[in-house]
Amino acid sequence: MLEIKNLQVKLEDEDKQILKGLNLTVETGKVHAIMGPNGSGKSTLSYVLSGKDGYEVTGGEAIMDGEDILDMEPEERAAAGLFLAFQYPVEIPGVGNMTFLRTAVNAQRKARGEEEMSSTEFLKVVRAKAKDLKIDADMLKRPVNVGFSGGEKKRNEILQMAMLEPKMCILDETDSGLDVDAMKLVAEGVNALRSEGRSFLVITHYQRLLDHITPDVVHIMADGRIVKTGGPELALEVEKNGYADILAEVA
Amino acid sequence: MALTQTKLDATEARLAGLCLPAGPAWLTEAREGALARLRAMGLPGRGDEYWKYTRPDTLVAPEVTKAALFETEEACVFGEVDRLQIVFVDGVFDAAASDDLTGEGIEISRLADVAADIHWAKDLYGVLETNGQDPVERPLAALNSAFATDGVLIRVTGTVSKPVNLTYFHRSETSDAILHHVVKLEEGAELTLLENGPAAARFNKVLEVEVADKARFHHIRTQGRDHERRAATHIFARLGAESLFKSFTLTANGVMTRNECVIELTGDDAVAHVAGACMGDGDFHHDDTVFITHDAVNCESRQVFKKVLRNGATGVFQGKILVKEGAQKTDGYQISQSLLLDDDSQFLAKPELEIYADDVACSHGSTSGAIDETALFYLRSRGVPEDQATDLLVQAFLAEAVDEIEDEGLRDEIVGRLQGWLQRRRG
Repeated sequence: MLEIKNLQVKLEDEDKQILKGLNLTVETGKVHAIMGPNGSGKSTLSYVLSGKDGYEVTGGEAIMDGEDILDMEPEERAAAGLFLAFQYPVEIPGVGNMTFLRTAVNAQRKARGEEEMSSTEFLKVVRAKAKDLKIDADMLKRPVNVGFSGGEKKRNEILQMAMLEPKMCILDETDSGLDVDAMKLVAEGVNALRSEGRSFLVITHYQRLLDHITPDVVHIMADGRIVKTGGPELALEVEKNGYADILAEVA
Repeated sequence: MALTQTKLDATEARLAGLCLPAGPAWLTEAREGALARLRAMGLPGRGDEYWKYTRPDTLVAPEVTKAALFETEEACVFGEVDRLQIVFVDGVFDAAASDDLTGEGIEISRLADVAADIHWAKDLYGVLETNGQDPVERPLAALNSAFATDGVLIRVTGTVSKPVNLTYFHRSETSDAILHHVVKLEEGAELTLLENGPAAARFNKVLEVEVADKARFHHIRTQGRDHERRAATHIFARLGAESLFKSFTLTANGVMTRNECVIELTGDDAVAHVAGACMGDGDFHHDDTVFITHDAVNCESRQVFKKVLRNGATGVFQGKILVKEGAQKTDGYQISQSLLLDDDSQFLAKPELEIYADDVACSHGSTSGAIDETALFYLRSRGVPEDQATDLLVQAFLAEAVDEIEDEGLRDEIVGRLQGWLQRRRG
């Protein structure tokens, strides 16, 4: 599904290299987790993959379904099936959540040459999916993420994911700022979306999210590279001993 | 203060091409009074403080600057609205295109037809304009009261079932129109007044509105895409106790527009809202000048002005809230904001508060900013193409002003216009 080869990225405005030859392959239908200490480049990886400004790719490639997505505009990557659940979902005053969702769904359909969703059909689908995530009608009506609690914002991200039905989902520290109940709800939403044709890359600091979203593969990232790869037990090791041991071991 | 020779000359040069229209004695008296006021003030010049951000040259020149006609396939705004339509072409009333001027609870007559020596408009024509000349002079309004060739006089005694729509057409490249409307809402009456169209190559318009106790006045205006037109408009309103005044203007393009709105809250518990959404592209200059005077207890006023500017367009806002001594419990709010879509566009704002009462809540704010890149990326990351995402954010920016329109159908009509404009920008 996603093959990242020797990815090198620096900040556009600063002479600072963040990713230093990162290699990672996420197979179709699998859930991969990336763990790593602060400053290891995890969020940069998610931003670079989704096409945010401010980063310069100095080498390598990121192939999704045979195409290098690094040459695409952010909206093209989205239409091709990439989705980033933001660590800090953005508030957009004045744009209704429903308008936002419908515009996004139809823009992607249009880009793929598919027919747009009618408003009745859209309403039906969004209501059903919102209900599963305990998102009430009021949250759908309000401006995008404005006045939402931390948990509501993250649930809203998962709702967008459910509506857009991407192939490759990146979750950037989706557990940050969530209490246990909110995290469970979000994890259930993600698990409901797990399928044979859909891959996930779950970026997190802590192992606790992985108790709820069980990964197939766990990677440890440090200093802009993947330094160790293993099964779910690797996450438990981090939880128990911290990153220091692993980093010492690979150094 | 004696006028400078330059100002005297400029004023007389403009007056040379004008003559006072004939009419009944009271109207002639009002016109002569206005002419005297104008001569005492002189027309605005570049050095005037109140015209610091807007060059009055083309608005006061003896000759009108030629304005090319704007051809469009697009149907006129409010076309689907059940309304009483009154049409002016280059400032001339078009009877054939207008509806019958009669209706339940409303009396409408043309200024040019008024012959009676006794008329209700006698107490208002030029009177509200005169009140609005202090403390700041508005010479173009005095010129209008003196020389307006036509307009409508509307008296409302009840709740009018449908809006009155003044539609203006611009069909001559050199038309120079001066229209003066007077609206009087009697106690408890309610009216929605719609205005649309570019009117003329140069347009000078005054609207005087008396809103009696408990009366409600809604005003929604669009100033169209007719790019080369120039306009100077004034609204003078006086509000009685528990009355409501709401005015919204959508402006898209126009090389020169100056909209002044002067409101006096004279009865307790009155509410006045003035809002404007403007979209300028290229050779565009738009000026909103607002002056709201609180002279009664427990009144509320809101000024909400939003401007989206690109390709070197200029937006101006001069807004003032004056709270007189004794106008306690005043609630005054003023916001003016611009969204600058490039580095060449500019927004000039002069917000002012002047307060002589001690128990009031007044706030004002003014901002200029670019499009929110974080929000833009968020939208794009969900698959919304950049230009469409920008449009969404522009609409969101204008929403606070557009939401001032109470009637949902009319608000949708305005939103539709706004979206059409944005789409055309994309080509």
